[in-house]
Amino acid sequence: MKNIKFEINGKAVTVKEGTTILKAAQKVNIKVPTLCFHPDLPAWAACGICVVKAEGSGKMLRACSTPVEEGMKILTHDPEIIQVRRTVIELILSTHPNDCLQCPRNLNCELQRLAAEFGVRELPFEQRLRNLPVDNTTGSIVLNPEKCVLCGRCAKVCQQMQNVWALEFIGRGEKTRIAPAADVSLGESPCIKCGQCSAHCPVGAIYEKDETREVFRALQNPDMHCVVQIAPAVRVAVGEAFGFEPGTLLTGKTYAALRQMGFKAIFDTNFGADLTIMEEASEFVERFARGHGELPLITSCCPAWVDYMEKFAPDMVPNFSSAKSPHEMVGVMAKTYYAKKMGLDPKKIFMVSIMPCTAKKYEVGRSKDMFSSGQQDVDISLTTRELARMIKSAGIDFANLPDDETCDSILGNYTGAGTIFGATGGVMEAALRTAYHMVTHKELEDVNFMAVRGLDGVKEATINIEGKEIRIAVAHWMCNIETVLDRVRAAKKANGEPAYHFIEVMACRGGCVGGGGQPYGADDEVRRKRAAGLYKDDRECGARCSHQNPQVQQIYTDFLGSPLSQQAHHYLHNKYQAKPLYRK
Amino acid sequence: MTKLNREGLAKLRAEAKSAWQARATGTGAQIIIGMGTCGIAAGAAKAWAAFEDEIAKNKLTDVQVLQTGCMGLCYSEPTVEVRVPDMPPIIYGKVDAEVARRIVRKHIVGKLLINDHIYDRPAVDAFAEKAAGKK
Amino acid sequence: MAFKNYILVCSGSNCDVKRAAAVHDALLKEVRDQGVENEVQVLKSGSCMALGQCPGVKILPEETLYVNVQPEDAATIITQHLKQGRPVARLLFDRTQTSKYFPPDVTTVHQKQLRIVLRNCGVIDPEKIEEYIARDGYAALEKALFQMKPDAVIDELKKSGLRGRGGGGFPTWQKWLFTKKVAADQKYIICNADEGDPGAYMDRSTLEGDPHSVLEAMTIAGYTVGASQGFIYIRAEYPLAINRLNLAIKQARERGLLGKGILGSGFDFDIELRLGAGAFVCGEETALITSIEGNRGMPSPRPPYPAVKGLWEKPTVINNVETWAAIPVILLKGGDWFGKIGTATSKGTKVFALTGKVNNCGLIEVPMGITLREIIYEIGGGMLNGKAFKAVQTGGPSGGVITKDHLDMPIDYESLAKLGSIMGSGGMIVMDEDDCMVDVSKFYLEFTVDESCGKCAPCRIGGRTLYNLVDKISKGKGTLDDVEQIRTIGLAMRKASLCGLGQTAPNPAISTLKYFETEYLAHINEKKCPAGKCRDLLTFYILPDKCIGCTLCARRCPVSCISGDRRQVHVIDTVKCIKCGECYQACKFGAVSRT
Repeated sequence: MKNIKFEINGKAVTVKEGTTILKAAQKVNIKVPTLCFHPDLPAWAACGICVVKAEGSGKMLRACSTPVEEGMKILTHDPEIIQVRRTVIELILSTHPNDCLQCPRNLNCELQRLAAEFGVRELPFEQRLRNLPVDNTTGSIVLNPEKCVLCGRCAKVCQQMQNVWALEFIGRGEKTRIAPAADVSLGESPCIKCGQCSAHCPVGAIYEKDETREVFRALQNPDMHCVVQIAPAVRVAVGEAFGFEPGTLLTGKTYAALRQMGFKAIFDTNFGADLTIMEEASEFVERFARGHGELPLITSCCPAWVDYMEKFAPDMVPNFSSAKSPHEMVGVMAKTYYAKKMGLDPKKIFMVSIMPCTAKKYEVGRSKDMFSSGQQDVDISLTTRELARMIKSAGIDFANLPDDETCDSILGNYTGAGTIFGATGGVMEAALRTAYHMVTHKELEDVNFMAVRGLDGVKEATINIEGKEIRIAVAHWMCNIETVLDRVRAAKKANGEPAYHFIEVMACRGGCVGGGGQPYGADDEVRRKRAAGLYKDDRECGARCSHQNPQVQQIYTDFLGSPLSQQAHHYLHNKYQAKPLYRK
Repeated sequence: MTKLNREGLAKLRAEAKSAWQARATGTGAQIIIGMGTCGIAAGAAKAWAAFEDEIAKNKLTDVQVLQTGCMGLCYSEPTVEVRVPDMPPIIYGKVDAEVARRIVRKHIVGKLLINDHIYDRPAVDAFAEKAAGKK
Repeated sequence: MAFKNYILVCSGSNCDVKRAAAVHDALLKEVRDQGVENEVQVLKSGSCMALGQCPGVKILPEETLYVNVQPEDAATIITQHLKQGRPVARLLFDRTQTSKYFPPDVTTVHQKQLRIVLRNCGVIDPEKIEEYIARDGYAALEKALFQMKPDAVIDELKKSGLRGRGGGGFPTWQKWLFTKKVAADQKYIICNADEGDPGAYMDRSTLEGDPHSVLEAMTIAGYTVGASQGFIYIRAEYPLAINRLNLAIKQARERGLLGKGILGSGFDFDIELRLGAGAFVCGEETALITSIEGNRGMPSPRPPYPAVKGLWEKPTVINNVETWAAIPVILLKGGDWFGKIGTATSKGTKVFALTGKVNNCGLIEVPMGITLREIIYEIGGGMLNGKAFKAVQTGGPSGGVITKDHLDMPIDYESLAKLGSIMGSGGMIVMDEDDCMVDVSKFYLEFTVDESCGKCAPCRIGGRTLYNLVDKISKGKGTLDDVEQIRTIGLAMRKASLCGLGQTAPNPAISTLKYFETEYLAHINEKKCPAGKCRDLLTFYILPDKCIGCTLCARRCPVSCISGDRRQVHVIDTVKCIKCGECYQACKFGAVSRT
């Protein structure tokens, strides 16, 4: 590709053809302010804050969307540019509620930050709020259009990254607002609760439903035995809220914080992940080696993906692994196995799961299968963001907590296979490690399956187990899934060999490390760092295959029998059904 | 209908031109009504009906009523061009049903122009030489 | 029996009625006196024929125009012209001033207008393809297909100097060349017929009057850039234009002028209509393209330009109706011919919808470089009711005002831009002393606020804030700070709005503020509307020396706030008065005053 030579603020710069002014400026450490721009998305160019001047043009150009041209002379800051930007910010503020103190994005709001950087001290323009109602119909995500700055990120994420098309612009001019298409409520829309909209929103217009109060209330209830579990991706991201680098592995500190808060037992979803692998890998071996059930087998631990499949691809129901997701497995085991062992009344156990995910809030009540302990197996699912707020409001000095706090091993001990569930390709890799053992009764010499790692949207590979080829595919961020499914459908239609034998799908880019409930500011670099943290955890685990987890072996001996046993099916598996896109 | 090739187009053009020419030089009178949205909104369709009716009443056989687009004289809609052999072509404006009847009786039958409704053709026709030919 | 001559005398509502009548009567008498009443008919024309030099007299059939005619001239006209066949030189309309804009081969009569785009409008039957063909229709297509290489077509456009008539003024040949140069498996041609400026109807009239001219031009573009599919994006509110276009497309397909192997050549091209729902923003090319694709019509950033990456990401030529309609003429008569019309940078003719306070509202096509004075006082027949000219608004909601100081400025892209207005698509609204500039600015802002797509913050929020500020001023509640805010927001909107609509939306406010600041200040400081338009600032009262106590005003008043006995001076209760103006209209004695 051609190199382009041009100038920014008098500095000569050379970049590749097609580079935008914004990217080029970043390269030479010049910060052009933005609001609607997000590196995950093509520039939508709505807000008008990143405007710059080009010599010889009377117009101002949008740095986010304008590619540099040979010989251009760009000026990013002068009094007029700054005045224009400030006016735009002041205009945006004139329609934005002035309630930062009560806002979920207080102190990490991109608009607030811009106002601070531009030194906005007064609101010169007439204030006009829109008085729009809050939509909290999903139980996962809350949409407050009153605060929306119409940057369009959520709609573009929902449409282009996730291919769900639940969010759209409605109305026009000053009446424009973000809402589900046809102006139904989010709960009635095709929304899959992935929460990517909330992770990309620059302000407090879309956010996770906050359930921290309910958790604090349960913790204060002396009759309640509160237990908690943390998902793999939480430990490498929660630190970002406390100044740690993305990807810093903070398992011990997180356990310690939860203990300080008063949880009676700390479990780990990674244990559940190992359990999931035992079931899912067995299921795969059943289908692949013994021909019982349809191929490909498709993973089902991502609740947003499950919701997507039930709405958009119900023809895939027979291909879905019936294994529950790891946190549901931990939930039901806590209220059965653990309760029995500890002599506790399951009704008195309050199970909280800390997830990188907003869809988990929906999953906990998804179907009657989520009540297989007799109670709701997981009472409340919190996002990583909510956990960080709880730690702060509980007055815990997170950074200085000990690193060596341990969990309660009965439902907490985990292998490397369990922890990599949090990154795209991790479930596949973990399943292959155990499936290999189940088929061959041997252990792998090298447990690393590099082909399934990384941020490519669709990763395909062929794995050879004792002369048998297994064709696998790993897809993440929903927009990539249809190409994979179309290949599956084409093969089904042709009655030929299945296109793949095993498919892993995660709704969010990067897998759970990039989940919709993770700390704000994720881009690909952050996702890579978080994933690296998990692979580090994997490498440092003594056991790296789920079947090697002694507590997992124990639970089968004591309680479940064997994978896919009747008991295991009763507690650890669930069913799927087609759902309408619109419930109205 | 057969698709035209170059020869076909040339032939059609020749025919169309002579038909156009005949309109200008023929023996019949023509009433050409501006039937754009503006004209119709101002009542061109009603004027048309009045023309047809008055022509029938006067038992005129050599009069054609034709339509065209907007002549550009918005302030005088509906506008009508009247061509009668041996008379200068005239554009009448503000032609309501009553004026339409007067045009038939006085202009077409009586060869007299009508007071107070005559407007200038608004523009030079850069194609005049090639098309209708000069009177 | 037909008369030998017809004498038309000015008698429009805007004419010097008394003198014109005197001339008419003198001519009538002279015809009788000289015994030619069976050869010559003297008429009142019904309109002003004198192009600003009333009264005028026109002799038919030769179309001789006499101007500034006096009753005393009647005898000479009859004797010298009609009897001896020698026109009266001293009364003749001076044609030299009209002809300077016209190409040499065009014989001017006494016209300021030249119809190229509108050549067939009002001439042919738009529903008959034969009539279009009789007027050399599809000859340009034939010429392009069989005698010209694509580069030669672009070359001809380049010579013509044709620039986009939709408002932007981008050289048409460059657009075509960009698209031609991009290698792509599919390219598209689009006609932008989403006309939306208030008071503009140039495109509608062109499509209703001459639909084939656009089809022919689009096909030529398809051949030139290598596209096989065209779309006409037209607003659904234009049903007659849609019907005629559909009919024209059907006729063209039946005759092999659209479809496979056009005119027996190897070239395929077809055109489909796409109906817009009337959103103003869909006239913006990127929003229009998004709308054709079936999405919400919102603009996207340029680059990439449609010429390179347009409809369905394919290279796309998009021009507006007027641009298209001029192209067949350019190919037939040559780019050089077209290029001789107009000014150095703006070539050819421009269609305007002339409306507002002029006598002759209409759809006009004038050579570029003509002055506003010629348009208003000659073509437009002068100001309505003899009121004083105040300003002209061009470019609709994106344009600005031009004041009497600039009446003699030649109209072209650059001059208009220099004054803070734009050529726009061709709306031209004439305003007089009764029009309040604050009110005008409010009118256009209301329109742009209504039509903003809502995508970019400067236009979405700035537009409404601007409107509210101007509204406040019009109600006498404005401050000098508000004027500063208008300027601040105006700058931000111009520089930071995403598309042309938002960038130009503050123009009416900024331009009226520039030229009529005193009028704004009167609203702010004196709480007065000098034009008597802003109702909140008006006070109605009765002048005691004029009131005869007829009671008409009291009877008309809808809130019964006028009191007074018969034959006594009446009084308006200004507290109760709702300023509806009924009394002002009703009074026959000028006794109701408003200030």
